Amino acid sequence: MSAGFAPSDIIGIAPHFQLQWEEAQQAHVLLYPEGMVQLNETAAQILTLCAEGCSVQRIVEACRELYPGNPVEDDVRQFLREAASNGWIRIERS
Amino acid sequence: MVGSALNEASHPLWLLAELTYRCPMQCFFCSNPLAFATNREELDTEQWLRVLREARELGAVQLGFSGGEPLLRSDLELLVAEADELKYYTNLITSGLGMSEGRLKALKEAGLDHIQLSFQASSAELNDFIGGTKTFEKKREVAKLIKAHGYPMVLNFVLHRGNIDSVESILQMAAELEADYVELANVQYGGWAKLNRSVLLPTRAQLERAEAAANRFRERIGDRMRIFYVVSDYYEGRPKPCVGGWGTTFMQVTPDGTVLPCHGAQELPGLDLPKVQDASLRSIWYDSELFARFRGESWMKEPCRSCPERSKDFGGCRCQAYALTGDPANTDPTCQLSEHHHVVLEAIEHARQSEQGSTLPIFRNVRNSKAQR
Repeated sequence: MSAGFAPSDIIGIAPHFQLQWEEAQQAHVLLYPEGMVQLNETAAQILTLCAEGCSVQRIVEACRELYPGNPVEDDVRQFLREAASNGWIRIERS
Repeated sequence: MVGSALNEASHPLWLLAELTYRCPMQCFFCSNPLAFATNREELDTEQWLRVLREARELGAVQLGFSGGEPLLRSDLELLVAEADELKYYTNLITSGLGMSEGRLKALKEAGLDHIQLSFQASSAELNDFIGGTKTFEKKREVAKLIKAHGYPMVLNFVLHRGNIDSVESILQMAAELEADYVELANVQYGGWAKLNRSVLLPTRAQLERAEAAANRFRERIGDRMRIFYVVSDYYEGRPKPCVGGWGTTFMQVTPDGTVLPCHGAQELPGLDLPKVQDASLRSIWYDSELFARFRGESWMKEPCRSCPERSKDFGGCRCQAYALTGDPANTDPTCQLSEHHHVVLEAIEHARQSEQGSTLPIFRNVRNSKAQR
């Protein structure tokens, strides 16, 4: 999976991982067995799109809208590769 | 340093709910206090529900149901359901005894997120000796059921002199049982493990072989099964950042409602131990003497006080400092910089010279607990 994603790949949060907003931390977190990652705003935005079952293309487009004028595609792909190698996300459908 | 950011209390992230000290196992490295059998009091369902709500309000998000054996509580499903409603990530930490297919289903319906199942070794003979009970086959059965019902599964093995030579077969078994994570945790010498240290402490050669075996296996199996190897502070020469810093992230409630900042705090001298029956978790976390006692850095003595590592390891474990030096504010003597480090080196030397099996373990059971008073 770390080799890269096709634009049409539908991404999802991996089973056993749970994404949620934590009021006390004022941040989104990703929860898993006995552990937690606190997410920065961009990571939370991308993972929220993953949780909604978006395609890679749709995620890139949404980030373009959020950060107009920035070349977001490489950054999004880089994040997705890292998230996949951490086991946070997976391809639901190709 | 008083008043620095580090001295300000953040909020808890972890709540460990020790539902009961009752347990069918007798593992001689148990982290429960030696005197567990002298106090049979347990919070009732309503009191636990209040604990769950109050801790969640404070910010706790990871919740461990532990013990003893938490499956001995018949209200476990109810507590899990409430925890799920509150949006905790719920972890059941169990020996597997008392688990059935029906209960696995009920717990799943209640919203349980994950199960950590303990084994003592990868052979029936050794597993059943260490646990003081015949449990190996039952545990294997439970592991298969956990996977069949779609839970993520962590298998936990406490490593010590008696089982550390079989790390490879332990990992082989874990892979066969399709564990998602394996935790190989070198024993921490608190509770019953402190009492049995001469039985448990491995030699350096054993430890090095085990770590190499774990690394080889990790390379072979890749991401399919993640292996966490928890090192031994005795051999590292560096103390562990115990509970991520006293009173910063971790909160434990014992069966009788005592609230602790770490597993061993009730054995420390001269501290009033707050209980959920007498105060809210909020006031205990922010205002109690116990949680403030070793929070931040102002309590530190040299060499910690001026050490550049102090913000990473927080001076190590207060309970270990007390057990080995008589003063919980001393540097944890597993640190090479501690003036008491020789007590650790002496224990290591004793392990090297003594023959395996030359000392008999004292099993964690009611009779031995009462005899320890």
